[in-house]
Amino acid sequence: MKRIENHPILTFKRGKKIKFYFEGKEMWGYEGDTIASALVANGVKVFRESIKLHRPRGFYCAIGNCSSCLMTVDGVPNIRTCITPLKEGMHIERIKGKGALHYED
Amino acid sequence: MKTDVLVIGGGPAGMNAAIEAARAGASVILVERQAHLGGQLVKQTHKFFGWAEKGAGTRGIQLAEEWARAVEEHKNITVLLSSEAIGLYDDGAWMIEQEGKLIPVYPKKIIIAVGAQEKTLPIENADIPGVYGAGAIQTMMHVYGVLPGEKYLIVGAGNIGVILAYQLAQAGAEVKAVVDVLPKLGGAYWVHVTKIRRMGIPLYMKHTVIEIKGDQWVESATIAEIDEKFQPIPGTEKELDVDTIAISIGLSPLTDLMYQAGVELIWIPELGGLVPVHSENMRTTKPNIYVAGDASGIEEATTAALEGKIAGAVAAKDLGLTVNDSDIEEWKNELGQLRDAPLLEKLRHGLHKLHEAAKERGLQ
Ligand SMILES: Cc1cc2nc3c(=O)[nH]c(=O)nc-3n(C[C@H](O)[C@H](O)[C@H](O)COP(=O)(O)OP(=O)(O)OC[C@H]3O[C@@H](n4cnc5c(N)ncnc54)[C@H](O)[C@@H]3O)c2cc1C
Repeated sequence: MKRIENHPILTFKRGKKIKFYFEGKEMWGYEGDTIASALVANGVKVFRESIKLHRPRGFYCAIGNCSSCLMTVDGVPNIRTCITPLKEGMHIERIKGKGALHYED
Repeated sequence: MKTDVLVIGGGPAGMNAAIEAARAGASVILVERQAHLGGQLVKQTHKFFGWAEKGAGTRGIQLAEEWARAVEEHKNITVLLSSEAIGLYDDGAWMIEQEGKLIPVYPKKIIIAVGAQEKTLPIENADIPGVYGAGAIQTMMHVYGVLPGEKYLIVGAGNIGVILAYQLAQAGAEVKAVVDVLPKLGGAYWVHVTKIRRMGIPLYMKHTVIEIKGDQWVESATIAEIDEKFQPIPGTEKELDVDTIAISIGLSPLTDLMYQAGVELIWIPELGGLVPVHSENMRTTKPNIYVAGDASGIEEATTAALEGKIAGAVAAKDLGLTVNDSDIEEWKNELGQLRDAPLLEKLRHGLHKLHEAAKERGLQ
């Protein structure tokens, strides 16, 4: 759960720092991060719980196939955090159940 | 939007399909759901196996950049990034979702090159955080510069598992073990195996993971030797202090769009499971739909690129455009030679089944 600083082959050109919120808590990532990579870099492992048995889930495929990393982003549920770019001020939350749209509110 | 050819997926197969169709004069829309082209290649820092003239010795990430540049420079190709093909409608519209916006595309020909998904391990607790696809770890590490754990067990010693082992070590992580159920190494290339041996990473053949401990996330994993019937041998268990388990036990083609479009799929385990029936010209059982790359059967980036070229050229030809038939023959020859390697016997068996099925259905 950390950023790689020295790598024999790659140099990571990190963009500007981005502030976001996970379950209300302030965290930092970089431009170029996806929501999932920023969470992982901040030590978050549990992204949501399974719908029926409420088991903890993290990411699994990291390329947008498997739905393991779905979260609520700025109030919108079921966002694939592994392919969604991180943006300034985003509010990221774990989904309970299937997620609600709140169109009536 | 109208177009001659819609290419779905911007990996090695899709990029090359777009280039060839465009070169023959077709208008092409290439949709890719990620924010960048390249597919799985964008995380492959290792030098490629295969042929020198087909990119062996070049790192995957460089190959991806070269093809992406060729795509972007071609005036006949429109690239839509962060754009996902989500379904086909009765009037022939393929719906593309681009960051919440819906774009219907009406293509004459469709090339599906969406790649594959990593298989999951069917044991208890393999769903908790800390158990990740090997390719997913590679993505986190090489695309975003983030290590998702410190101490790793790798399950599956094919190319992907073995390559991941030394790449993790390169990035500063500790690899406690690589296990595989096979008695001896099958698909992994020796260059990579030698590397992990030199690094002192233990490789346990005829072993598997039998227990994953952890409440919220992985806290340890127990491996054991297995007998001929794949049953764990009592007394051989070893509990490893790991926080992350990488699963590299194979890939299966992404077939949902093909299924929805009515392309016939058949079960060929040697090619990754359910695969679209298709000819050597990459035509499927649906007249206007072509496939290429991992989505048509699991192989490698070099074969994906060649299949992409064939699909792009054949689609253009079917549109009535002029293509060089000798180019197509040449690419088929190269595919044949790549598939002729001694390690690839299982693959050839799978391809044989596929070609029989295509012949039975009269696919050209
Ligand atoms: C960890 C790992 C290591 C590997 N190492 C090697 C190696 O050393 N040498 C080698 O030859 N091969 C290697 N491979 C295999 C090689 O990467 C693949 O065979 C190759 O990338 C397949 O190309 P493709 O174009 O078929 O699919 P992909 O590269 O998977 O590309 C498919 C693209 O389609 C996009 N997509 C999917 N669905 C949609 C949709 N609905 N709408 C829009 N876009 C979509 C995806 O985002 C992706 O970019 C490796 C694979 C992995 C996972």
